[in-house]
Amino acid sequence: MAAVGSSVARKDGIGKATGGALYADDIVFPGMLFGRTIRSTIPRGRVKSIRLDFDTTGFTIVDYRDVPGKNAVALIAEDQPFLVEDEVRHMAEPIMLLAHADRERLNAANVVIDYEEETPLFDPELSDEVFKTIDIEKGDVTAALAGDDLVLVEGTYRTGHQEHIYIEPNGVIAVPEGAGVVIHGSMQCPFYVIKALRCLFGEHPPLRVIQTETGGGFGGKEEYPSMIAGHAALLAIKSGKPVKIIYDRVEDMVATTKRHPAIVKHRTAVTRDGRLVAMDIDVLLDGGAYITLSPTVLSRGCIHAAGPYRCDNIHIHGRAVFTNTPPNGAFRGFGAPQTEFAVEVHMERIAEALGLDPVEVRRKNALRPGDTTATGQTLRDDCSALMVLDEAVRRTDFLKKRDACKGTNRAMGLSLFYHGAGFTGGGERTLKSRARLELTPTGVRIATGSTEIGQGTRTMHAQIVTDALGIPYEDVTVAQPDTALVADSGPTVASRTCMVVGKILEECAHEMRGKLGALSPAEYYAQHGPLTVERMYEPPDWITWDDQTYRGDAYATFGWGCDVIELELDTDTYEVRPVKLTTVQEFGRPIHPALARGQIEGGTAQGLGYALLERVVMRNGAMANSTLTNYTIPTTLDMPVLDVVMMENPYPGGPFGAKGLGELPMDGPAPAVVNALRHLGLDVREIPATPELIALSGAA
Amino acid sequence: MRFTLNGASTEVASHPMSRLMDVLREEHGLTGTKEGCGEGECGACTVLVNGKPVCSCLVPVAQVDGAEVMTIEGLGNDHPLQHLFMNEVGAQCGICTPGMIMAAITLGPQPTLDEIKTALAGNLCRCTGYSAIYRAVCKWKGMPLPEVMAHTAAD
Repeated sequence: MAAVGSSVARKDGIGKATGGALYADDIVFPGMLFGRTIRSTIPRGRVKSIRLDFDTTGFTIVDYRDVPGKNAVALIAEDQPFLVEDEVRHMAEPIMLLAHADRERLNAANVVIDYEEETPLFDPELSDEVFKTIDIEKGDVTAALAGDDLVLVEGTYRTGHQEHIYIEPNGVIAVPEGAGVVIHGSMQCPFYVIKALRCLFGEHPPLRVIQTETGGGFGGKEEYPSMIAGHAALLAIKSGKPVKIIYDRVEDMVATTKRHPAIVKHRTAVTRDGRLVAMDIDVLLDGGAYITLSPTVLSRGCIHAAGPYRCDNIHIHGRAVFTNTPPNGAFRGFGAPQTEFAVEVHMERIAEALGLDPVEVRRKNALRPGDTTATGQTLRDDCSALMVLDEAVRRTDFLKKRDACKGTNRAMGLSLFYHGAGFTGGGERTLKSRARLELTPTGVRIATGSTEIGQGTRTMHAQIVTDALGIPYEDVTVAQPDTALVADSGPTVASRTCMVVGKILEECAHEMRGKLGALSPAEYYAQHGPLTVERMYEPPDWITWDDQTYRGDAYATFGWGCDVIELELDTDTYEVRPVKLTTVQEFGRPIHPALARGQIEGGTAQGLGYALLERVVMRNGAMANSTLTNYTIPTTLDMPVLDVVMMENPYPGGPFGAKGLGELPMDGPAPAVVNALRHLGLDVREIPATPELIALSGAA
Repeated sequence: MRFTLNGASTEVASHPMSRLMDVLREEHGLTGTKEGCGEGECGACTVLVNGKPVCSCLVPVAQVDGAEVMTIEGLGNDHPLQHLFMNEVGAQCGICTPGMIMAAITLGPQPTLDEIKTALAGNLCRCTGYSAIYRAVCKWKGMPLPEVMAHTAAD
């Protein structure tokens, strides 16, 4: 029986269910110290003086002067310091590090910092420090907007911060080893951490990063672990002892990255029968105090901003700007949930303006194979927008049931969405990801830097290798990511771990099969000894992309989805109760149906939280509701019945036809919810649609 | 102080106001009990005290003097519910799983879906959207699920 396509036993083993799996905070090293980060308490200004108001006996104390290399967290730019030297750009910015063997003494240590405060900038619309600008142009929007007999629809849509709430907060342990240091930690991207540490320490000391079992990521452990690892490493090298830094929930929420808030403006010209003629879209992202990943978040947000629709004239103008707030960063969807929320609510308003059925307007404009996207990419046969739309409408009996809700406090809403898989444009070509298969005495071992963060990396990769090599699933093992031992398969982000890294592994397995001939791995090993196959990713040769003009094939393929939500509004409290959510998603082919369903159900829950519950309240540049008591994510009692439909339309460039899936489910719930509220006569154009916001919204 | 921990009598010398969670994790090495928030909101540190699920981050160890405490380790490594959490993908990243299992283990013989939801309402999971957790628990109890949610790992 083939492993791919069936829900085989997972490679995680039973440890996660017995408490045996070891996460960063579960690991103890002899002589270990605890580390603590002293952070800024103002959003903008300069450090005037620092005074240690405690008995420093037994403490290791680190500030920027202890940085041996460059004081910058190397990512896209090198602008964010590991430790403030002088200028403070946001609340909770790291200034000093303390370590001590006694946690109570550590936490009681009082550091007094005097500042020269400056006026902070919190409003992205007033910011003139632009991290990145993107313009995507197709056709001639200005001329098309001025065409005859067209209807113009305009709107502004806003989305707030969102906090990841992985249930395991960030944490690492740095252990001195020889002249260097080994990092054990909760993370998505061990090789990003290596890159950041090389910048921090220079090329000389030996550095090694090992991922521990990781209690959720969602993008929140893409770039921030580089910061914490650097801090722990500085303390470990100075003290000569292992140092553990585990953030508590409040520190994690206040200090680490969040989803970028966005303001998206649409101006659309449409024919009276509902055909899109021109789309003029302005995207503004609040990047926070440093560049981090904002340019690429903006890029993905802009590329998805016109939605899964055909239109000959499109202009998308995007900016990511500075504010004096903690830097925003990667979060499942990476800019697309913001812009797809905007375009999907806007499509609903276009239908309202024309007096047409919103399903019909979507059907008329949905991208089909052969159509071109905003970047000029011609879609291939794996474009499924119409297929998922039609199936969702049919399965939910949407038109009839929606109309039957009229006059009640119940409503139905729909959203159509898509998500590009893998790095954008030429990104996968530049990345040069590698994966490795190693023969063992009993089978083969997968050795990549791709991390298991709950989504099923170990299992799904093992399934691909099993079938491509034609051996029993039990004979495949998966190495824990350790930068000293595995190939750099690129970061575990961007819905690329299955489609891209899985593809390299499939090719490694084919090459290995050729070398094994008719022998099993164990037989070959016994006769000839070890054998290793390592290969680099080759993106499809037809991909062309110009990073200057943003023209070309933005993604090798897209996943497609349609959400239909049925909800109830409490007309006294304006609380929304989702009753049922049906989601139809096409992502090539599921490698492991139960894991794939888990991505869809979990992403949908996160999307519903984004839509309704998860409001980050910023006060003087810091998250004011930084606890799980008042930043609420969906519980069992908040979740509707989920009906998940997985449709197949294989992508020839993916392993066994698979596309990326991780982010796609995040894009749909928010616009579906808000469109349902529109059917209740409420003109909501912002999320989270909290009761307070709904109460203040006008009539649709 | 003396209490029964996973069936064995144990004596602790910790400060009486130490969090039960810290005593379990640091003095007894029972790291299956996880800290997700430290304020009783996420349920990752759920253990049973005299058979009732509690957040061990909120309980001073003095409060369990003479009580029976059971952690995830007390279930052993081969409980059917543990296997179902893995096989039905009720566990993804796994950090909420021990607490979730300790909350679910207290359910009566034939729980309805509403009863399951209520029993697990104090346990946050960010990965699954909870459906797969219901599938694991319902299968353990031999209870049917609403048709649209009933997909099992065998599908």
